[in-house]
Amino acid sequence: MKIVVNYDLCESNAICMAVAPEVFEVRDDDFLYLLTEEPGEELREKMEESARRCPKQAITIEG
Amino acid sequence: MTVVIAGASLAGLTAAETLRAEGYEGAVIVVDPSTTIPADRPPLSKQVLAGEWPPERAQHRVAARVPELALDLRLGVAATALEAATRSVSLSDGSLISAHGIVLAMGAAPRRLPGDQPAGVHVLRTMDDCLALRNDLDKMPAKVAVIGAGFIGAEVAATCRSRGLEVTLIEVAPLPLGRVLPGELGGFIADLHRAHGVEVILGVGVEGLDSRTGTDGSQHVSGVRLTDGSVVAAEVVVVGIGVVPNTSWLEGSGLRLENGVACDATCSAAPGIVAAGDVASWPNPLYGEVMRVEQWENAIEQGEYAAKRLLAELQGTEMPAPFASIPWFWSDQYDRKIQMAGRPSSSDEIIIPEGSIEEQRFVALFRRGDLCTGVLGVNRPRHVMQVRMKLTESLSWDSAFSVFA
Repeated sequence: MKIVVNYDLCESNAICMAVAPEVFEVRDDDFLYLLTEEPGEELREKMEESARRCPKQAITIEG
Repeated sequence: MTVVIAGASLAGLTAAETLRAEGYEGAVIVVDPSTTIPADRPPLSKQVLAGEWPPERAQHRVAARVPELALDLRLGVAATALEAATRSVSLSDGSLISAHGIVLAMGAAPRRLPGDQPAGVHVLRTMDDCLALRNDLDKMPAKVAVIGAGFIGAEVAATCRSRGLEVTLIEVAPLPLGRVLPGELGGFIADLHRAHGVEVILGVGVEGLDSRTGTDGSQHVSGVRLTDGSVVAAEVVVVGIGVVPNTSWLEGSGLRLENGVACDATCSAAPGIVAAGDVASWPNPLYGEVMRVEQWENAIEQGEYAAKRLLAELQGTEMPAPFASIPWFWSDQYDRKIQMAGRPSSSDEIIIPEGSIEEQRFVALFRRGDLCTGVLGVNRPRHVMQVRMKLTESLSWDSAFSVFA
């Protein structure tokens, strides 16, 4: 599973960070950073929830 | 087995998607009076209204998934009556459905000013509303008046300014966003709009609309008469004075209607009937308070929850814990991203642990005794979400404030 963030869409609402802080981190510069691009399979449900709840629909899951 | 979902907007379609994700294989009938799947609403006051996005881009992710969800989607069909005891739903096409489960997710409709609505007067809720308003803005009116400085009004004012239009924002309360922002924080919003050239009129009500007769005999709005006797000239008027939950068809259904559909702590209105999104009021255990939340993310969260809750009941599996949520929303106005989590009240103390109002980039925490009731951030998304994560565990002030230690 690969996480792709469309940074042209991302507005750092940080909802994804609330769902999965082990993968998504919005830092002091207000930008979103991916802590891993290929999270383990055990995080799939959280990744799907992050994608679902992203207000900008900027997160996609490949594979 | 049959589940009927009333409403094909965010809460309703999210509920449908969740039913399938949870393995439910029975019939899912989704009805909505709209003839197309309703648009994702946040861009309607921003990118679509600004002309930056084509309408088709304002589609929510779940709308694109509809074909694979195997729904019986009946657009242009409204639910017209419900008998809660038998879970039977009457539809506007004359059919009657006996359902095992029902999800009420009809959303809300914008309030309008009483009296005649001359041309040039708009509300903003649907894509049709948005395109009608955009069409009028494309004609470069000399002046736009926005009635109501809630989120819709404030965002429309900002978008109109970005299009180079003259805007007057009229609010009957002493400050903008008075229904959601504690204390003086609405003053920041008023200053933000004034700094961008909006004329902001506060604490004055609307008496009525003036109109002129066009060459073809039609009436077109020409101004807004205020209760102090003054008149704001305007060729386009946008009315953003709140919404009313779409529950009139539920009169006599046996359900309790009180500020929407009154639900228990698990979003259940009656056996086999749940509600989600703008129509649902429920006691939020985190606050010990009955809430109805008109926010985008709540529609998703509550739509998911309500579907799981309904399935648990229909399948006799373990009920989920009560729906405990920290409401959250964002609003983009000019280059400021305003986000709030929680449900503060107007009398809560305001503490600013980060940044300052002067630099228009800050975090404000709301304190009631030992509790933190919410957080507001202006261009501070990380802090807002960190506090929200703490509040989801408990409203303890010390815990929330520790984010800034």
